[in-house]
Amino acid sequence: MILLRVTGVSKAFGGLRAVRRVSFDLAEGEMLGLIGPNGAGKTTLFHLVSGFLRPDEGIVTYAGESLVGLRPHDVCQRGMVRTFQIARPFLRLTVLENVVVGALERVAHRREAVAIAEEMLELTGLADRAGSMGHSLTLPDRKRLELARALATRPRVLLLDEVMAGLNPTETGRLIDLIRAIHGRGITILLIEHVMKAVMALSQRILVLNYGEVIAQGSPEEVVRDPKVIEAYLGEDSAGAEAGADFGIISGGQCCG
Amino acid sequence: MALYVQAIVNGFLVGGVYSLMALGLSLIFGVMRVINFAHGDMMVWGMYLSYWLFVTAGVDPYLSILVTGSAIFLLGAAVQKGLVNRILDAPHEMQILLMLGVALVLENLALMVWGPDPRRVSTTYALSTFWLGPIVFDLPKVATFGLALALALGLYLFLKKTDLGRMIRAASDNQIGALLVGTDILKVFTLAFGIGAACVGAAGSLMTPFLPFSPSTGLFFTITSFNIVIIGGMGSFLGAFVGGLLVGVSESLGAVILVPSLKEIVSFILLVLILLFRPQGLLGGSR
Amino acid sequence: MLRLGLGTAAAVALLVLPFWVPSAWQNLLITTFYYAYLGQAWNILGGYAGQLSLGHAAFFAIGAYTSAILATQYAISPWLGMFAGAALAAILSLGIGYLGFRFGLRGFYFILLTLAVAEICRLIALHLPLLGGYTGLFINYTPNPWQFQFQGKIPYYFIALGFLAAGSGIVWLIQRSKLGAYLVAIREDEDASEALGVDTFRYKMIAYALSASLTALGGTFYAYYQYYLQPNTVLHINHSVDIMIRPIVGGAGTILGPVLGSFLLELLGEFSRTYFAGGMAGLSVVIYGVLLIIVVLFLPRGVYPTLAHLMRRRRPGRAA
Repeated sequence: MILLRVTGVSKAFGGLRAVRRVSFDLAEGEMLGLIGPNGAGKTTLFHLVSGFLRPDEGIVTYAGESLVGLRPHDVCQRGMVRTFQIARPFLRLTVLENVVVGALERVAHRREAVAIAEEMLELTGLADRAGSMGHSLTLPDRKRLELARALATRPRVLLLDEVMAGLNPTETGRLIDLIRAIHGRGITILLIEHVMKAVMALSQRILVLNYGEVIAQGSPEEVVRDPKVIEAYLGEDSAGAEAGADFGIISGGQCCG
Repeated sequence: MALYVQAIVNGFLVGGVYSLMALGLSLIFGVMRVINFAHGDMMVWGMYLSYWLFVTAGVDPYLSILVTGSAIFLLGAAVQKGLVNRILDAPHEMQILLMLGVALVLENLALMVWGPDPRRVSTTYALSTFWLGPIVFDLPKVATFGLALALALGLYLFLKKTDLGRMIRAASDNQIGALLVGTDILKVFTLAFGIGAACVGAAGSLMTPFLPFSPSTGLFFTITSFNIVIIGGMGSFLGAFVGGLLVGVSESLGAVILVPSLKEIVSFILLVLILLFRPQGLLGGSR
Repeated sequence: MLRLGLGTAAAVALLVLPFWVPSAWQNLLITTFYYAYLGQAWNILGGYAGQLSLGHAAFFAIGAYTSAILATQYAISPWLGMFAGAALAAILSLGIGYLGFRFGLRGFYFILLTLAVAEICRLIALHLPLLGGYTGLFINYTPNPWQFQFQGKIPYYFIALGFLAAGSGIVWLIQRSKLGAYLVAIREDEDASEALGVDTFRYKMIAYALSASLTALGGTFYAYYQYYLQPNTVLHINHSVDIMIRPIVGGAGTILGPVLGSFLLELLGEFSRTYFAGGMAGLSVVIYGVLLIIVVLFLPRGVYPTLAHLMRRRRPGRAA
């Protein structure tokens, strides 16, 4: 079953056409990777799908229902939740409280929400940090908190925006395991990723965006060999060129998209 | 009809000095994200200094802007260095509280020193006028307008052409970026608040030849400055300038069309409309 | 057990206190409770939801004038009229909120919108004959409890205390509910909240309407404690500031913040008035302003959060 269907979606900011006539499907249970050089329009596409931006043209449907014109909380309520590229914990709330906010999407009472939140902290390995304040978390823990909070809303589809950015190889490895575990619970995942190791390891299918357009899609192996993809990455600056050459791990800290 | 044209001309002339006042506020907010609730009170202190120099030494207010500008520069720099810089990481509402405290102190110090009665700088040319066709021009208002314009232009050139000015603009565009390239951000903050305060201090002096004032005048000017920067566009130099003229004209017209005591309502309604339909201000960029 | 004991002792003390203290102190306590109550109302919007309002004087005045005019012109008891005032205030707040929040006004812009609306209300009130204009509106004193009028200060003491207790109770309930969790999330990060399914617009509107209507109820109390309403007092920006500063000093977004802030500022105000009011005009306010600045510099997170932090340090192992 197709859960998310994006058809001919475009978005321009002034003269800049950030996303141009993008179409793709996301089937239930799938794990789809979305890659592309910096500025390719990946995050804009996320904003369009999750209700933060309204497409200039095109249609986004979720489980057959159009999402155009809905606000982000409506989208979340229907079962599709996103994370942010730069983790945005509620800084002056405890880790547990952060997750409770997400859990309250599905339950009305705090007690039940706390139970869900604790379960999600357990799953994401943050249980021992439940009482810490959001601002005291390290970057890897912030990424996990993003995940825990999003999962607490009990989504069917999880949209992950560069969760690996800024992590070292060990931390990346652990997060890959976690995302696999989440996927294993039957949650459909669409992930934007700059860290190639992660995309290759996780995605069943990859969509490549360049200058706002889909230039390739297919299995990881197919995409890597696609000349258009290699060219797109070679056209980028040195870091990107390196990626095009060997698809190794691009160091984190790149936070533009 | 002539009545309205006259009102527009007067409003426009007063608007010039409003612009200078608002530029100061815009600069302070743009760089530090601090709302200067003491803005009008700093202005009133500029007015009293000019008054004092006038009655004790006979210094013309148009000359004493040099003194008042420098004095209020020091006052502003001291507020930033001694107070605001100390609580930069406190919650936003605490900065508001701090500046409200400063406003209370400045207003009531003025009350202690000068008393509640309005003061007036009675220059020999205070009532001089000249005619251009059917329109009367008050000489002091024209002189004030010209000087305010010159000072605003000077500030513009300073921000555009000098290294210090560029540093202030860099801090205004992106605080973190300026921090990263190693600018001593606290010094820039102190300087920026000083310059913003100097603008409003000088604006105060410039208004003394035609405007009586008392300690409580400050609040009115604080609120008027807020109106102007929002109407013109927060952080936009040209916006503050145009906003000042617009508010000057709208108050002046409001006084003629409605009753004088309702003149402010026009600019408030203008403000609400701007906030609702063009929150970035008339000339502000994207939010 | 200790907490229960302390709570009971405090309650008993509050109940007998007015009978023991001189009249001037009664007045001080009434003002303290009453501003703590208004601070609590402001706190819902400004402290919990993080939408700073500098225009609460407008809601206050709507409450005060509505109940006063219903009573003087239409013989409707203020006990009923106060709810009409609360409803009107809620309507105004929803109007401001609808326009402001719809267009995504945040931070400074929202502060200015609230300030501008309050100032517009003040200017209109000054020119409305119904409200007495510049002269103000006088309420005739007829000591009749049904008319919200009492002899002596003690009834007002208990009413103010009751307002504060009820207001604090409402905030306590909010804090423990979904609404409270959502408001705090909105304060911390609106976009992140929205992404997690929080209808930020709706919850900000709820917070605004609650805050405005509770503030309006406080206005009725003021009207019948002072028997005189003047736009340049009740609708002045300084009054909005008065409502706002106590919860901020005490700790915005905490239930004890408005109470502690109100006590502290009332003490500071009384201190400066007692020792400096005899001097030059303005001196006592200067001292008050200086004390306010000192409080901000030394307790930049507010009284209650600082106290709580100190308590936690002294009792290790009992993290709150």
